Amino acid sequence: MARRQSSSDRQPNVSRRKFMSGAAVAGAAATTGPAALAATGPDAITPERTPSAVRPNAQVAAAEVGTPHTVPRGAGGPAGSDFMVDVIKSCDIKYLPCNPASSFRGIHESLINYGGNKNPEFITCTHEEAAVAMCHGYFKIAGKPLMTLVHGTVGLQHATMAIYNAWCDRVPLMVLGGTDLDAATRPPGVPTIHSAVDINSLVRDFTKWDDQPVSLQHFAQSFVRAYRFAMTPPYEPVALALDAGLQEHPIHENGEKLYIPKYVASAPPQGESGAVREAARLLANAERPVIVADRAARTANGMKLLVELAELLQASVVDQGGRMNFPSTHHLRRAPTVIGQADVILGLELTDFWATVNAFIDNGDNDGHGLQQSRIKPGTKLISINSVELHTKSNYQDFQRFQVVDVGMAADAEATLPSLIEAVKAALPNDRKDAIAKRGEESRKAKAQAKARTLEAAAIGWDASPISTARMAAELWPHIKDLDWSMVGSDRQMSSWPSRLWPMEKHYSHLGSSGGYGVGYNSPAAVGAALANRDLGRFSVNIQPDGDMMYVPGVLWTAARHKIPMLTVMHNNRGYHQEVMHVQRMSNRRNRVAYLGNDLGPMGTRIENPDIDYAKLAASMGWWSAGPITDPKDLGPTFKKAVEVVKSGQPALVDVVTQPR
Amino acid sequence: MSALKVRLGLAALAAGLVLGQGAALAAGSPEKGKVNFTKYGCYQCHGYLGQGSVATSNGKVIYRTELPLEAFMSFVRTTNRAMPPYSEQVLPNQDLEDIYAYLESLPKPADYKSIPLLNQ
Repeated sequence: MARRQSSSDRQPNVSRRKFMSGAAVAGAAATTGPAALAATGPDAITPERTPSAVRPNAQVAAAEVGTPHTVPRGAGGPAGSDFMVDVIKSCDIKYLPCNPASSFRGIHESLINYGGNKNPEFITCTHEEAAVAMCHGYFKIAGKPLMTLVHGTVGLQHATMAIYNAWCDRVPLMVLGGTDLDAATRPPGVPTIHSAVDINSLVRDFTKWDDQPVSLQHFAQSFVRAYRFAMTPPYEPVALALDAGLQEHPIHENGEKLYIPKYVASAPPQGESGAVREAARLLANAERPVIVADRAARTANGMKLLVELAELLQASVVDQGGRMNFPSTHHLRRAPTVIGQADVILGLELTDFWATVNAFIDNGDNDGHGLQQSRIKPGTKLISINSVELHTKSNYQDFQRFQVVDVGMAADAEATLPSLIEAVKAALPNDRKDAIAKRGEESRKAKAQAKARTLEAAAIGWDASPISTARMAAELWPHIKDLDWSMVGSDRQMSSWPSRLWPMEKHYSHLGSSGGYGVGYNSPAAVGAALANRDLGRFSVNIQPDGDMMYVPGVLWTAARHKIPMLTVMHNNRGYHQEVMHVQRMSNRRNRVAYLGNDLGPMGTRIENPDIDYAKLAASMGWWSAGPITDPKDLGPTFKKAVEVVKSGQPALVDVVTQPR
Repeated sequence: MSALKVRLGLAALAAGLVLGQGAALAAGSPEKGKVNFTKYGCYQCHGYLGQGSVATSNGKVIYRTELPLEAFMSFVRTTNRAMPPYSEQVLPNQDLEDIYAYLESLPKPADYKSIPLLNQ
């Protein structure tokens, strides 16, 4: 949309609508001649024409390098961005994690002044990657999406990795990128550098939908449409371009009353009834059915439904942990090794069905491709329910390898579970009840044995320094067990000890991980999740890898600034440990001694010399903090203090120097 | 018999052929082994004490390994699964033997039943 110019610009004063109508007329004039152009009335545009190659006059040259004119605002009625705020409020978006930027200054001003900084409330972020990851973590607790605003170019470039994580993790969020579309009128210099013809092209491969509204009504429709698309499984991020002119100019309704479309949620897609019946028949008649779940339980009800199905069949459940799908304490929750015993496998929203039923070992075999072999018995029947099939794109390979299945449903697993449960009830033969009960008893015994093995493993290195990750988890537990706690970061980098030692029984006990394995997710996503937990009165605990922390450490300040209580425990192994192992592997494969320099791991993979003092880092941004702790005996008393601080409403960080995993 | 046991058996046989022909290995040094355990990157997947990890060593524990020295050394030389093999060029025999001595020198872990935090 064109910006209004000051009279001194001596340029046509052309609104976007006038420009569009003028453009249409100009097109018509090409075919109908000057007589038609002359008939367009007093609003007709008579643009001043200049040769394209003319040297800039002094005024134009000054405009290229000087401070842009201040364009009078506020005249002519409410700003377009005020209407945008009304639209946003209609979707009840509670927070706006955001790093400020001039390309959305119009809507920024409307949000805090016209909108009262409420629904959404600004959450000041120091980096766009942190803002998006906060939206990501927030959704996984609240079940409602947030939005962020970014510069359409440089801000979106910062935000991109976090958007990809959300895409891979099937999380909805809304990214609005500021841009100034009218090349003839936008201010020169920075605003022009920060504009692009199609900002959304940067993220189109990993957003579900995007648009660039050219009118306020267009914005209203596209915002509500984007929200609905994002919130229909498979959940995904969406993007909208926000023209600066559209934000900053007064509302001109041109005789048409602006309206806000009502958001009505779309029902999630369910499995086709014939496929559901066939899946139920296979499961009901299986000797050893195994259910594998990754992002199956979108809500608390999803977990409840999965428990119902598993108990009906007394089927073992492998929780791959993309979401909190199944209680860790349930006798049917089993280790992935049960997959090898299965005769029917039901995969629910699996990221990678191929790797669920096949093993890959990165050992250089098979002409360098690595060893690949089946994990399952020949003839094992595979059933897949996966909504991602409904919306997959070609470029990024997050859809993983192709796996042939016997029954496939492009459908949402949680929405399909009720009909599948009913179909299984109908299909269960009466004479199989004893066999099914026996399966349950076997699972109980196996579960008890596995628990003993886990505790034996936890005892090894109990007094070690660096501190064992099992001990760190065990020392923390007594201080949170009586609270309504929620683990807001991933524990995969510490051998999943919290998931193995703490009873995880609620749908918010853990949140899964990043999805795209883009490092820099954990700390901001944890703050976003803690923000949602704050409103629900829950205690947030985050196990924080050190490498991940250093991508966007500024999010610590955001948590302190906005009084987001959470306990962060640093899993400080002083390395990008995944890469430590990768470079060691390559060195061995090539029969070379890995060069360490003065570090404890291959050069370029360690975070030491000097060691980072995370307690000081956190303290500098307003956190209560302690550490580095190297003696495990100090953990208990420190955790006790830290938990009290968090209960008082502040964030607290304890830096623990740990074993690698 | 699991694939691992078969592999370890073959490794032990190979070790007997390779190592048994020469003089017996000198006794390893636990102190040097502790340094070597870090220097050669063993700790990366197994932890500084060989306690293992579900994420990086399939949960396998080499803390006070029950493998005989020869089988242990042969496994390290020939493994071709998740763990990459270490050639003698990369990890000399004596250094490997020191690593073994280190792992064997570690104190017996406490019974988890005696640790209150593991019995809540």
